[in-house]
Amino acid sequence: MEYAILRFIWWALVGVLLIGLMIMDGHDMGVGTLSPFVGKTDSERRAAINSVAPHWDGNQVWFITAGGAIFAAWPLVYAASFSMLYIAILAVLWTLFLRAPAFDYRSKIENPKWRSTWDWVLFVGSAVPPLLFGVAFGNVIQGVPFHYDNSMRLTSDAVNPLLGFIGLLNPFALLCGVVSFAMTAAHGGVYLTLRTEGAMQARARKANIIFATIAILGFALGGLWIGHINGYVATNLDPNGESNPLFKTVEVVQGAWLNNYKLYPVAILAPVLGFAGLILSIVFNSKLKAGVAFVFSGIGMAGIILTAGVSLFPFVLPSSSNPVSSLTAWDATSSEHTLLLMLVAALIFTPIVLTYTSWVYRIMRGKLTTARIEENSNSMY
Amino acid sequence: METLVDLSRLQFAITAMYHFIFVPLTLGMTWLLVIMESLYVVTGKEIYKDMTKFWGKLFGINFAIGVTTGLTMEFQFGTNWAYYSHYVGDIFGVPLAIEGLMAFFLESTFIGMFFFAWDRVSKKQHLFFTILVAIGSNLSALWILVANGWMQDPVGTVFNPITMRMELSSFFDVLFSPVAQAKFFHTVCAGYVTASVFVLGISSFYLLKKQDLPFARRSFKVAALFGLFSSVAVIIMGDQSGLYVYHAQPTKLVAIEGIWETEQAPVGWSLIAIPDQEKQTNTFDISIPYVGSLVLNHDLSTPIKGAKEIIAENQEKIIKGQQALLLLEQLRKDPHNPQLAEVVKANSEYLGYGLLLKKYTDDLTKVTPDMVSKAAVETVPNMLSLFYSFRLMFFLGFSYFVLFALAVWSSYGKSTKYETKTWLLKWALWWIPTPWLACWAGWFVAEYGRQPWTIYGILPTYQSASSLTSGELIFSLTGFFVIYTALLIVELWLMFKYAKLGPSSLGTGKYQFEKGQVK
Repeated sequence: MEYAILRFIWWALVGVLLIGLMIMDGHDMGVGTLSPFVGKTDSERRAAINSVAPHWDGNQVWFITAGGAIFAAWPLVYAASFSMLYIAILAVLWTLFLRAPAFDYRSKIENPKWRSTWDWVLFVGSAVPPLLFGVAFGNVIQGVPFHYDNSMRLTSDAVNPLLGFIGLLNPFALLCGVVSFAMTAAHGGVYLTLRTEGAMQARARKANIIFATIAILGFALGGLWIGHINGYVATNLDPNGESNPLFKTVEVVQGAWLNNYKLYPVAILAPVLGFAGLILSIVFNSKLKAGVAFVFSGIGMAGIILTAGVSLFPFVLPSSSNPVSSLTAWDATSSEHTLLLMLVAALIFTPIVLTYTSWVYRIMRGKLTTARIEENSNSMY
Repeated sequence: METLVDLSRLQFAITAMYHFIFVPLTLGMTWLLVIMESLYVVTGKEIYKDMTKFWGKLFGINFAIGVTTGLTMEFQFGTNWAYYSHYVGDIFGVPLAIEGLMAFFLESTFIGMFFFAWDRVSKKQHLFFTILVAIGSNLSALWILVANGWMQDPVGTVFNPITMRMELSSFFDVLFSPVAQAKFFHTVCAGYVTASVFVLGISSFYLLKKQDLPFARRSFKVAALFGLFSSVAVIIMGDQSGLYVYHAQPTKLVAIEGIWETEQAPVGWSLIAIPDQEKQTNTFDISIPYVGSLVLNHDLSTPIKGAKEIIAENQEKIIKGQQALLLLEQLRKDPHNPQLAEVVKANSEYLGYGLLLKKYTDDLTKVTPDMVSKAAVETVPNMLSLFYSFRLMFFLGFSYFVLFALAVWSSYGKSTKYETKTWLLKWALWWIPTPWLACWAGWFVAEYGRQPWTIYGILPTYQSASSLTSGELIFSLTGFFVIYTALLIVELWLMFKYAKLGPSSLGTGKYQFEKGQVK
């Protein structure tokens, strides 16, 4: 297989992993975010938590595997993004830390104070990571200040780390954060509609409609905004060349992130899916068809993530201070040998993972009623 | 720069050691749960189901923080070791990614089924889920030890001067590296021992308190037998690992054993010694004749090279490495020069030794003989700490064999007299923390013993870190330390609470404190 084709496949596969992450881990983060609001009593909150309790840990593996796959397929991107966004990545990790103990320890002690504390811990662990994922993406779109020296050692060009971190919280990035947070909360809302009943179900449905609407509006605003942001254009970039980012030339042009839609009109499908998916999820959820709505919610999230990827393509991590150091899908990958090996591994294991994941969801299907929680108080979360 | 690297190392050490509080227990508990649940499926006795559920509860409390602290490990190479990630990601990333796809998904998906699917599937199907959790957790250990084994003995890789990194040449060599395989088995067996001591110790506590005796007896016996096999295996695999250290990492070997001078066989084995790094000699040494040759290389006729001789050899390698790096710098300026590329390729095995000089100067044309000899001396890690951490692990390893052998000998058969042997029960109880000490000591030997390298002979630790500021490191170190410690306190508190309560926490109505539900 040609190196360029392998590289393109890996660009797509990283996309699949990020989409998988947001659909799978997204719905349990959404549940954790909404649980203190849609659950008014302890049993209701437990119903929300138990709707994802058997699955959240498996879903989090999408995050870990996305990290591992980026390490193996895009080692330069792994090294640059995580070290150059150091404080932001720590904030993601530290908030994610809170989820496991919150799920596992909350119901082990029957004290209202203990339980409500863990509810808010779970809220932080569920709401902050998707927000920060969005903020990080928003900054990647604008470029991150770093450069390589001749031995390919990375250096940050941020004035200082703290200012660098505060600089990440710029308006466009915050908008991306809001979109990411809102679509996750909406996704959790529709999942809860599917798995609960009664008054709680009605509250979850309402949450889905509110947050999906916010996500749609934010996504539209982002689309209008991006034409006024600096994009990057690469020349002398050989898709079959060795992975050395310093060989290409890069130009910074305002609005260049819209170029791909002119070059490849089919790319417009990505934002169309984003809008259509979220709108249809609201429509079907209002018609009490939560199952269909969940599928459309997933499609909408996939469309939004794909839009970000397609707009940047072939860039994956542009450098704002030294554009030639920017990383692209053509010059920041592993060797051909490693990409091929990893592709084989992905082709073998991804279908297996998807199969047993659907199997366990099937085993655990059905409504989480408060009565069921109370009957199994000792064994459930 | 040196402070930054040291802070990065400290952070890695702290986060890895915290993580390894939870990992060994997971590795072993999953198999103990498989054994208990198999007994339930085969005999149909409810008590075995209760055992699976109760020990599963303790396992779950531990597992939650294992997952949490594991997150850091997947991302820390990128955040804090960016040059390392760039330089060896082509190889090192592979086992990490496969670990996620093959092992973590399996383990984490079915752990949910272990806890929540009791009433939803048949007995046999549930047992199947438990087995998948055990396989998943042990496979994750396989892949991470393949990765670590490659850091210790980097096989199947070549340097590419255009991309300025090591690239994979043979995945087969990486996966089936004998160093990696020996480390994998040694590490999982250490996990089995840890879990067995944990269950044996807590069961002994119930026996001492005369609490839930039938439950405690059965748990004690299961742990004793599994522990006995595991402790034998951990010793055998430890010996194998040691043999590969002899072949692959001479500097680690001499540091562990405190060997300065090349010794003619048969070599003695130092029981106690005080190595002096400055004077390159042991100020005090009690050794047992012959044992060194038997243990270290299983060979009574081959001499063992001492640290001084290795340092002299490394001095030569460093000089060759300096030349290789200078050629590489020329090639980086003129990347399409085929002759130069050939020369660099021919000398690339010494590049890593050349990089050792970068600690002393960035300009390789200004290297002095003094720098070369300093760099060479530093290829032998600090002996005193390695010598004693190895011995701590070693003697604890044998103590488990004795403990489990006595436990099996006195508890199997018709007599139940072990219940009156309070000294044995107390020993088991008080021995609970020690497997963690042994595991930590073992990892200290593995990782500190590899210094000054992250990738032995290829990439010095000093070259591996990200270009962060010390301020960022102090911030992150503080954060990790505070969060991890808080989580550990909550975890231990719950663990003690549930362990003391015993099977009564299941709410089946059959056990000692059924009225005293956890409030």
